[in-house]
Amino acid sequence: MNTPTLFGLCAVALVGVGLYGLIVNPQPLRKILAFNLIGSGVFLLFGAIARRGATVGMGGDPVPQALLITGIVVAFSATALAVALVQRLFDEAGSVTLAPDAPARAPVEPPDA
Amino acid sequence: MTLALAVDISLALLVLAVAGWIIAVRDTFGAVIGFVAYGLLLALVWIRLAAPDVALTEAAIGGGLTGALLIGAAARLRGTEAAARAEYPGALTRMLAAILAVTVTAALAIGVLALPDPAPTLAPAATASLAMTGVGNPVTAVLLAFRAMDTLLEAIVVLLALLGVWSLAPDRAWGGCPGPRRLVDPDGVLAYLARLLPPIGIIVGLYIFWIGADLPGGKFQGATILAAMWLLVIWAGLADTPPISRTWLRILLVIGPLVFIAIGFAGAITAGAVLAYPEGYAKPLIVAIEIALMPTLVLTLALLVAGAPQRMPLQ
Amino acid sequence: MPHSLSTPDVTTPGGLLLVLAVLVPFVGMLAGMVLGGRGTRRVALAILVAGLAIAIAIADALVRSGAAVVYLLGGWAPPLGVALRADGLAVVMLLAVAVVIGGIGAYARADFGTPPGVREARAPLLFWLLLLAVWGSLNLVFVSGDLFTLYVALELLTFAGVPLVSLGGSPETLRSALRYLLYALFGSVLYLLGAVLLYGAYGTLDILLLATRVHPEPVAWAAAALMTVGLLAKTALFPLHLWLPPAHAGAPAAASAVLSGLVIKGSWFLAVRLWLDVFAGVVTVPSAQTLAALGAAAILVGNIVALRQARLKLLIAYSTVAQIGYLFLMFPLAAGLAAAQLDDAAAVNGGLLQAISHATAKAAMFMAAGLVYTTLGHDRIADLRGVARALPMTLVAFALGGASLIGLPPSGGFLAKWLLVSAAITTAQWWWALVMLVGGLLTSAYVFIVVVRALAPAPEGWTPKASVPCYQQAAVLALALGSFLLGMAVFCPVDVAGIGRAVVPGIGSP
Repeated sequence: MNTPTLFGLCAVALVGVGLYGLIVNPQPLRKILAFNLIGSGVFLLFGAIARRGATVGMGGDPVPQALLITGIVVAFSATALAVALVQRLFDEAGSVTLAPDAPARAPVEPPDA
Repeated sequence: MTLALAVDISLALLVLAVAGWIIAVRDTFGAVIGFVAYGLLLALVWIRLAAPDVALTEAAIGGGLTGALLIGAAARLRGTEAAARAEYPGALTRMLAAILAVTVTAALAIGVLALPDPAPTLAPAATASLAMTGVGNPVTAVLLAFRAMDTLLEAIVVLLALLGVWSLAPDRAWGGCPGPRRLVDPDGVLAYLARLLPPIGIIVGLYIFWIGADLPGGKFQGATILAAMWLLVIWAGLADTPPISRTWLRILLVIGPLVFIAIGFAGAITAGAVLAYPEGYAKPLIVAIEIALMPTLVLTLALLVAGAPQRMPLQ
Repeated sequence: MPHSLSTPDVTTPGGLLLVLAVLVPFVGMLAGMVLGGRGTRRVALAILVAGLAIAIAIADALVRSGAAVVYLLGGWAPPLGVALRADGLAVVMLLAVAVVIGGIGAYARADFGTPPGVREARAPLLFWLLLLAVWGSLNLVFVSGDLFTLYVALELLTFAGVPLVSLGGSPETLRSALRYLLYALFGSVLYLLGAVLLYGAYGTLDILLLATRVHPEPVAWAAAALMTVGLLAKTALFPLHLWLPPAHAGAPAAASAVLSGLVIKGSWFLAVRLWLDVFAGVVTVPSAQTLAALGAAAILVGNIVALRQARLKLLIAYSTVAQIGYLFLMFPLAAGLAAAQLDDAAAVNGGLLQAISHATAKAAMFMAAGLVYTTLGHDRIADLRGVARALPMTLVAFALGGASLIGLPPSGGFLAKWLLVSAAITTAQWWWALVMLVGGLLTSAYVFIVVVRALAPAPEGWTPKASVPCYQQAAVLALALGSFLLGMAVFCPVDVAGIGRAVVPGIGSP
């Protein structure tokens, strides 16, 4: 067992943990967290693969490492969009449930300047 | 078992334990705090995987900005916790989910163990072509030369996400300032930090940006630190978010991708291909693109955290 | 050394047009963001014309050379660099999307103008910016030759599509948008996981290189399964379709047309690309049968639920669920033809035509529903009396679009189903032909109900709530006519879709 394989296995376990959380937790913010866990597992696997590709003078394959930076920024953008949606839903509906037949509650007036 | 491997095993187990906590803990706020710690642990893992560029990005964005974003949201949504718990699925769903998760993990683990040895790698190809780009950091060479298209598209992705966040503004607040107005507490610890940290943070951020051409670091990591400093000043109430209708703001938001595209198409004339650089000018052009991307990235990352416009500016 | 000769990839004449097809819409988006307000719509409409011209020029380059159009970005050849490639499949999609976007743009001119007295309004500004973003992302999906660039393209498509769902801002649309976003993000992350596995096993993300390196082994199976499931979630194939109807029905009409007609075709196209080009030697006929079985279930469930809808927009949205099902019938047919060493063009062209005729017909039908809503102030199907008098052109358009969905000659839907049925009979998979027949009957039932209700005379003294501009009706009719006459493509002298198709080893070969 070497370092890349170890973290590769850790990565796929993270995917599993995130998948479980995404399915069972009804709170949207928790689903967003679970999505981030799956994402980080995928990134970590890519990082382990980059490390496996190390050569003399290079600690890892730079192509996956560069793509990882792109991936992390994209995942952050996705998280920001999802969080903004959850907050606006909360402002408008007073709840954040994803159930399709959610009761329409009286909208809560958002704090205004 | 060597000491290094023992350290790695403990780190992997710790990462998994924190991940489990994030999923299992009852309180969403607690889960978010766990996620910030998780981001920092992952940064350590990236160092162990010899990916310092990724470690910096993970710590700055994965831990820092994502954490700030989620902490604010979790605090606002505290009141919905009870309702969410009532929707928690029964034992059967949870068991099926667990079986699915374990199956997927097991299948992937088999895949990981079956990866070929020696591993295929593009490191030699990147090394061989590095000299043509004039930069010393191979990751930067991938981001801005070999696969410059991805980086250009990524700058557009963050901008598009920002448009998506802005689209969530109420109509009456369109053109206004993102986020609630923060009140100044001149003696508060936040205001103190907001006066103390930004000068240091700006220097660190610019330094990380500047060295990125040759050493670990670069525009994303540098921009994240600068964005964090700006957010700190905003949250302390020392400055307000700009109204999104301002022309200067719109120009700074698009300047990075537009300069990138302009230099890219210039390459079609001077170097024979879009996103190619004429011989000898590669490094200055790459630095020019990175400088143009900086304001775009700082503003976009910070405004993504600040959220949708909520109010018109005070006259 | 950088331009290694491991692949025969070189930039071809007209290759630069591919870069333009991707970047021109995004430049329009960036410029529109700065100009704001009315300037944004002007920029967007100018880009619609320019983009259509670019798509036509690409098609011209393809037909002239008779081979795929290729561009090596930065001059760097894969695997280190990224190539853009447009074969016949990609070019046909580029053209179709350019036409449909043009039709939607013409229609949306009336709905998304900045109101007088305001410098800039939220919904109009965002609609035009997002329309351009959807277009650039779709073009990237069609021409990108790299799995990671395609991941970025999928995310772009998601970030452009989600705000279109919640453009109205009501709690229901916000909830639909959030559900859509979570499904789409889940889909992208699975897709990325598959791409990562492929890189780990074969050391490249380039589609052509992968096609030569992929072997039937556990890693490739895992990657194929993950990427396919991820793309199915984004395409809303049964049983991952639950997010679609509320999201597509709740958006403004022009946005619904973009989402239902175009956005879902991006992830579908990528699934086709992977199955035909990357995993041709990995996927098995039973796995393709599974995809088509899900498609058959989508056709039956989607159509039956559509029949039970009380509101026109929801009916059209559920009909999309069913039509997505047809898109997946091509997989076992193409695999069956390839396994029998026969040309798979009938199955592939059938699937492609189905995608295009649905894109045009569904965009027209959603926009027709939008005009009905404007005129009546509601879209209850039981209460459509008077539509025929107030909106004769629109009703004709709806009926023509419906005819294409049913598959009546000479519509695109007819030719698509004809090709698929003939492929089903050639490969002795007659049950898919049966599914298509039942699906067509169910579709004709709800199209018939809507048209009959709309033909009922209006009550005495009834007047429309609002009048709609003639050009909006014309745009809807033009798209519907396009869909209805698409079957004439059978007379096209060259098989455009077949040009430059990568020749890949079939199942069982090394």
